[in-house]
Amino acid sequence: MITKLVSKNFEIENSHTLKVAKKNGAYKSIDEAFKKPAYVIETEIENSGLRGKGGGGAPAGAKWCLVSRAQEMDSLAAASYLVVNADESEPGTFKDRQILEFDPHLLLEGMILTCYAIGAHEAYIYIRGEYKFFAERLNEAISEAYQDGILGDTVKGFDYRVDITVHRGAGAYICGEKSALIESLEGNRGHPRLKPHRPSPEYYFNKPTLVNNVETIATVPFIVNNGADAYRAYGTEKSPGTLLFGLSGHINNPGIYEMAFGESMQTFIDTIGGGVKGGKKLKAVIPGGASTPVLSAEEVKVARLDYESMQSLGSALGTGGMIIMDEDTCMVTALKNLLSFYHHESCGQCTPCREGTAWVDGIIANILHKKADKGDIELLSDIAKTMNGKTICVFAPAVAMVIDGFILRFREEFEAYIEKSMGEAHV
Amino acid sequence: MSFVFNEVHETQFQDLLPRYPHPKALVLPCLWMVQYQEGYISSDAIMYIANRLDIPQAHLYSVATFYTMFNLEPIAKYHIQVCKTLSCELCGKADIISCIEDELGIKVNESNELFKLTEVECLGACGSAPMLAMNEEYHENLTPEKTRVLLQRLSQ
Repeated sequence: MITKLVSKNFEIENSHTLKVAKKNGAYKSIDEAFKKPAYVIETEIENSGLRGKGGGGAPAGAKWCLVSRAQEMDSLAAASYLVVNADESEPGTFKDRQILEFDPHLLLEGMILTCYAIGAHEAYIYIRGEYKFFAERLNEAISEAYQDGILGDTVKGFDYRVDITVHRGAGAYICGEKSALIESLEGNRGHPRLKPHRPSPEYYFNKPTLVNNVETIATVPFIVNNGADAYRAYGTEKSPGTLLFGLSGHINNPGIYEMAFGESMQTFIDTIGGGVKGGKKLKAVIPGGASTPVLSAEEVKVARLDYESMQSLGSALGTGGMIIMDEDTCMVTALKNLLSFYHHESCGQCTPCREGTAWVDGIIANILHKKADKGDIELLSDIAKTMNGKTICVFAPAVAMVIDGFILRFREEFEAYIEKSMGEAHV
Repeated sequence: MSFVFNEVHETQFQDLLPRYPHPKALVLPCLWMVQYQEGYISSDAIMYIANRLDIPQAHLYSVATFYTMFNLEPIAKYHIQVCKTLSCELCGKADIISCIEDELGIKVNESNELFKLTEVECLGACGSAPMLAMNEEYHENLTPEKTRVLLQRLSQ
């Protein structure tokens, strides 16, 4: 089941150093790619069907084209930027840090190729503030690359300049949202921006900017080296390639495993994951980071790990970071945990989200503290409906989906809990 | 006494300035440098950064208060941040918290002369839960025993 395209060097000793990375083929793709015109890489990425691996799964090629097109259309926008999103904060997701820790040069190689493809000379890696160790590792790799002439005014002797800067965040989940990330990178509060009505790139200080996830960019060297068809050989037709899937929670072998899309979730949990901890039965799985609706054990049996299958189950593949919950897990407590997270992380810009996350968090707290009310489930659904689709970014809709997902699949457990909570309160 | 960057941070500042299209982009890096130099972000330092970057002090305050990792007041030497989000909770976060509380005699959100204990949201170490960050250093795959050893080592 394991297919290592991005993670191929993870287990090699000192894989993060330039010496070892070069021995394993790092930066080779640049020699060929830089001899060809820039659009060749872009076309190759488009043909490969590479989809953004930060959670959204949007086609990467189309996103790249937006940046080049914006440059063509607006002569004032002569510059463009590449920003790599390393603000990995989605609960259950811990894949990008593996790339940063074990193969930072793969990311840098991908960034150089991407810069060339979209005509950018400056690139930034926005990394979450808590990842200090990983930021330092990146900085070491970057200074090695500068010393070796791989970065700087002449990339590997070609007449093309690429400068990469690591920019640390300071603790805000919302900065993983691409427009909030750009705001933060401009030195502002991390407030997401309004989205235009048609496809458009991001704009960093008014210049067209490409924002991609670490893993997406780290996949670029494989595609440039081996071609679009080699990447399409893995996965399904609509979800080609591989993803770094994660396992955490009640599982025997937690960790990150790279697999092609389309594998069975149940088999993945049972074989590579080693099954549920303590030989217990599976109760539920949050499939791709906290913001994807929870799946029941019945649904896990038929779930396949690609974007389309997960969507047909009423959930989403997200980041592929699965949180496993065993039969003893209380779903009310689990939902409370997530809602406190959202309450804390709402950026406060839009009223439905700022107030809504506080309300739902409070209602669940009441249920847990024996202050439940009969109509609490309806009230939760009602607030979720009010939050969905009425805010600037997808944070509030994600919260609504999380609430709906839990209530839809575990309604009986919620009802029983409320009944008990009310009963005890009257005693 | 007014705040000025020390030599290391001044060099860093000069290195970073040409790397961004606008000095305003240096707000977060500057706030980090201040926090490393002083341990927290004082109003003197805010004024200093505002002058260096030519932006209003109010803007710096708005940014500094938005991000949870910036301290606007002095803080204990060791800030224990225990991850409380789902994977860590499923894997025994509560045991780690009670171990720390017993060992140090403080509750969550309290401090003593050396330590401050807080619970924080997901730190991206779900596969090695439970975990905590001691200042900026990650300690993963924790057990109460490992936590106790760590606290005792730092207490000495």
